[in-house]
Parts: sequence; structure tokens; C-alpha cells
Amino acid sequence: MDNLGAEHSRASRRLDIVYDSDLQSVDSAETSVLEVARGIGFEEDDLHRIGIALREAMVNAVVHGNKYSAQKKVRLSAWDDGGALKVVITDEGNGFDLSRVPDPLAEENLLRESGRGILLMQAFVDEFQVRRLSPTGTEVTMVKYMAPR
Amino acid sequence: MSVKLNSRQVGDVTVIDAAGRITLGEGTISLRDLIRDTLGGGHKKVLLNLGEVNYIDSSGIGELVSAFTTVTNQGGQLKLLNLNKRIQDLLQITKLYTVFEAHDDEAAAIRSFS
Repeated sequence: MDNLGAEHSRASRRLDIVYDSDLQSVDSAETSVLEVARGIGFEEDDLHRIGIALREAMVNAVVHGNKYSAQKKVRLSAWDDGGALKVVITDEGNGFDLSRVPDPLAEENLLRESGRGILLMQAFVDEFQVRRLSPTGTEVTMVKYMAPR
Repeated sequence: MSVKLNSRQVGDVTVIDAAGRITLGEGTISLRDLIRDTLGGGHKKVLLNLGEVNYIDSSGIGELVSAFTTVTNQGGQLKLLNLNKRIQDLLQITKLYTVFEAHDDEAAAIRSFS
């Protein structure tokens, strides 16, 4: 894991980290992003939702994107975007077509063991975008707004 | 903290008390192994107590589904006990509340097994 110098700053509530493609990176990314989210002021229920969405995005990048390759990295940026949390995660995999992901809520897919990660990300953040990068890679952008108090 | 699993026998029902996080990796593997061992020991009525589970990701949900189908395919039953609000929400979002039978009371859950 490479912490990009002073860019991981509690004061600026921004982090930019390059991770290896392993499950330890998933845990580490979750911890780091939750620290940013806490700094912004998110409360426990939202922190839980952010944690799951972040974890799903990291698992997708590590497992499905980079396929645990030691040669491929996952890049994570997260910051306070005017009181919202914005997270961008990119991998170096072959990418995927969101429209081709089977609907996990379809009756015939309910008992599948996998395929619910994107559903949970979409459920737990307010904005979710997937972009295929050229020549390879996938970029996932998520935004979570503070709930009105 | 990963998941901690403890199994106990109540009559002919195996109650598995889970605590912690059921996530990709150690957490899901532990649950899969315990379900396999339970079935291997001839116990086909399984009550999975999630009361102390505070976090499940999509891999953990997949493992619950896998446990359900594995037990069901061997002629057994797997039911859930003590779902907290967060896990209830996950089952709602994934529509799996239509698949799993869930209980809030252990004694009633034990009695519900045929």
C-alpha cells in the first residue's frame, strides 16, 4: 500500500491510496474511508452503509477486476465534497458491462451465491456510477450525502 | 473482528451462535465449514442465531444462501434467529426475506422445526 505523501490528511479530509490486490486492502480501505466519513460527520447507521458500499466496491476491484494479481493495483480516493463523501475506486481489470450483470432480485437468481454487490452499493449510497477505462480498468464513483438532521 | 461461531445441540436442532462479521474470506469459510461438519454429523435441523452479528457483506449473504441450499438439498431445514435491524434491511434489499424463515424467539424457533 502506498500512502501518497501528505495527501492523506485528517485536516483536508482527503485520502489517495494505492492498494495491492488482496483482501487485506479491502479491510484497510474500509477503515480509512470510514475515518474520512466520521470526520465529515456521518453517524453510525450511515457509516455502516458506507462501510458496506466501500467494501463491495473494493472486493469487486480486487477479486473480479484485478483477480488478485500482484501486478495490478487498486486506486482509492475519498474526500469531503462539500459535506458529502465522494469515493472513487479504480482497478486495472478487463472491465464489465453493468447492463449485463444478472438481476439478483429476479426469482431465478435469488438463490445464487454471488452477484449482490452492486445492488448493495446502489442501495447504500446516493450516487453510483461505473465507467470503463481505456485501455483497461473500471472506475467506480460513489457519493453519500449527509442525512438531514 | 471476523466471525465467531459456536454450535450447540437443543434436542435434534443444532443452534449455531454467530458473532462478529461475516465477510469475504475467513468469515464465510468458517461458516461453510461448520455447516458442512454439522451435516456430516447427521444433524439436518439448523438454527443460525445472528443476534451478535453486526456486519454482513454480499459474500456473507451469499454464504447464508449457500448454507440454506446445502442444508435443504440434503433434506434438512435451516432457519434464522434474532435478526437485528441491519440484517433485516439486508434481507429486504436482497429480497431474501422471501427465502429464509426467521424467528425472534429461540424456543419458538426450535418448536417450529418439523
